[in-house]
Amino acid sequence: MSQKTVNWYKYAAPASFYPLAGKMIPWFTAITVVLFIVGFYVGFFVAPTDFQQGQSYRIIFIHVPAAWIGMFLYVLMAIYAGIGWAFNARLASMMATAISTTGAIFTLISLVTGSLWGRPAWGVWWVWDARMTSTLILMFLYIGFISLQSSIDDPRRADRAGAVLALVGLINVPIIYFSVRWWSTLHQGASIRIASKPTIAPTMLAAMLIFLAACWMYSIAVVLTRLRYIIQEREREAPWLSAEPVVKSPTAELGSWIS
Amino acid sequence: MGGYGLYVWGSYGVTLVLLGGEVIMLWKRKRNLANRANVADYDSRD
Repeated sequence: MSQKTVNWYKYAAPASFYPLAGKMIPWFTAITVVLFIVGFYVGFFVAPTDFQQGQSYRIIFIHVPAAWIGMFLYVLMAIYAGIGWAFNARLASMMATAISTTGAIFTLISLVTGSLWGRPAWGVWWVWDARMTSTLILMFLYIGFISLQSSIDDPRRADRAGAVLALVGLINVPIIYFSVRWWSTLHQGASIRIASKPTIAPTMLAAMLIFLAACWMYSIAVVLTRLRYIIQEREREAPWLSAEPVVKSPTAELGSWIS
Repeated sequence: MGGYGLYVWGSYGVTLVLLGGEVIMLWKRKRNLANRANVADYDSRD
């Protein structure tokens, strides 16, 4: 009996990962669209009105997933940047660069939607409490990472400098997560914990988790797309890339997905 | 939306604009890469 094993290390090479990412992107894009539609339906037509906050609570369906994704992508970015730095793995460094913009966008969404939720709930757009301030610092860390990498011409030096910043900034993630427990904050505590039952209604929880899945699928689709472009930009002299159908016009590629 | 329409739709509107903006940014990057590849292809014929 033959045993077929997959050599996962081969996907650490841009030449192997590039076509694989190209095959995965349409699937993640399709799942993203479906999940956003289902999440919107469950969140706005199935989940009941909250007895305390009224309709304004529906903001949490996008606010909470955006905040989680913003934090999770930072951890992922730091891990990839660290691997790229420690093992000189250029695909890992490129992945960290690809993640940074999407992470920054989700962190910005969490800050803006949090502010829009805070105005009716607390009567203020912004307060300098521990959760909100540490999330703002996360946003600045993303901006710092992107700016630092953009300011260095040599990609390998830019990767190393970015990795140092990303790893140092990692300390901020547990601060964000535990801020509502460590300090007395205006921001409410977690409604969902791994160790205990959630304190929100099942349909509300379902809507939030569907939006979380949608945001996650969206993140994978856009990060893989950006990663392919970074590979094309950095490896344009590589012989393997000239053998690939590198870039078609956007409409031609869309047509190839449909067919 | 019980008087909260501005906040609720504002939140989803901002999300749509930012995520849509990211997709447009990627599309523009792809177009630039395609243009560069076409120029390189044209130059290589000389």
